[in-house]
Amino acid sequence: MTRKRRRLTAVLAGLATLGLATFLVLTAFSDNLVFFYSPSDLKTKHVPFERQLRIGGLVEEHSVKREADGKTIDFRVTDGSNTVAVTFTGGLPDLFREGQGVVAEGVLRRDGSFLASNVLAKHDEKYMPPEVADALKRSGHWQETSASGNAEARK
Amino acid sequence: MNRFANPTRFMRISAAVLPAIGWLTALLLVVGLVLALFVAPPDYQQGESVRIMFIHVPAAWMALFVYANLALASAAGLIWRHPLAEIAAQEAAPLGAAFTLVCLVTGSLWGQPMWGTWWVWDARLTSVLVMFFLYLGYIALVHAFDDPTRGARAGAILAMVGVVNLPIIKFSVDWWNTLHQPASVFRLGGPTIVLSMLLPLLVMAIAFTILFFWLWLVRIRSAIVARKLRSLRLAGADDFAQLDASGGKPAGSYPS
Repeated sequence: MTRKRRRLTAVLAGLATLGLATFLVLTAFSDNLVFFYSPSDLKTKHVPFERQLRIGGLVEEHSVKREADGKTIDFRVTDGSNTVAVTFTGGLPDLFREGQGVVAEGVLRRDGSFLASNVLAKHDEKYMPPEVADALKRSGHWQETSASGNAEARK
Repeated sequence: MNRFANPTRFMRISAAVLPAIGWLTALLLVVGLVLALFVAPPDYQQGESVRIMFIHVPAAWMALFVYANLALASAAGLIWRHPLAEIAAQEAAPLGAAFTLVCLVTGSLWGQPMWGTWWVWDARLTSVLVMFFLYLGYIALVHAFDDPTRGARAGAILAMVGVVNLPIIKFSVDWWNTLHQPASVFRLGGPTIVLSMLLPLLVMAIAFTILFFWLWLVRIRSAIVARKLRSLRLAGADDFAQLDASGGKPAGSYPS
């Protein structure tokens, strides 16, 4: 084996080892790498109460209610199979509306509801002008964003 | 392949193609920016803010593409010990860092109105930030040695290690829940972006790619010239020292 060949083998072997190590680390940490939990995760995984975490999903249709003080907003976040009630006081991003994907930061209360300290809008991967969106909705070809946004690609 | 790796031949060929690449870059950038900023329609959700995407997405693609080039050139430099590959790797790094910075800044400017935040620590954003630091770390490491050859070798190893980050960046939006949206163009089932927006995006992407190659060639050429100059200076200093040691008269004989 020439020295060049030996160096080539060493580089390839090094990359393969490193790739395997990274894969194992990421697999081991996969539960800690989630940016947000879906409402179903809250049911099935042991998500701690009263701890800062994020939940994500779609704002359920007809669920947004503004409380009497004019600043507090109640809505429900759904992933299609489970929902969670969210209470939030503060300014909402422009994209926030019913049917929109959102990520809420806050704490899960013992009664199963979520007290949000911050609400972020999640944008989906679709890009189109308003006319096209309207035409799709009229013709019935409109597909709503999948519940957690990324879940579709993962399954 | 070695034919093109000869620095003298490289200087000749690159000098011939450089003006054409430069003009092509300018033309594509103008066409792409006009399409992106004036012709492309506003988005149904994002409105006019969607135009940031025409800079952000090509910059992100370039950040990955330049890193792949940096890693390939580093590997070639490590394995075949070719000086041109080492120069190519070192000259790609600042360009890649610049594209990554543009990607991070434009993404942040888009995130504030759309998401409601400048920054979140989700898998996509964090892995791209890691790549930015890999670029900076590479540049710092290469220049941290007195002996340029050792610096190039250490940097090459760092560049190769960073390759594991490339698939993580690409698939982060599929593997984990992220605030960042999944891929719109390179995905199974075809793009989810209408043609009137996809076309300006692709023109901008091609423009950025050629811009990179143009700047890369210019940088490699000036690095080769700088190395030649340095070795000439060293050779000159040697002559001077020999002259001095042999008791000759150095005055006026120092090569300018």
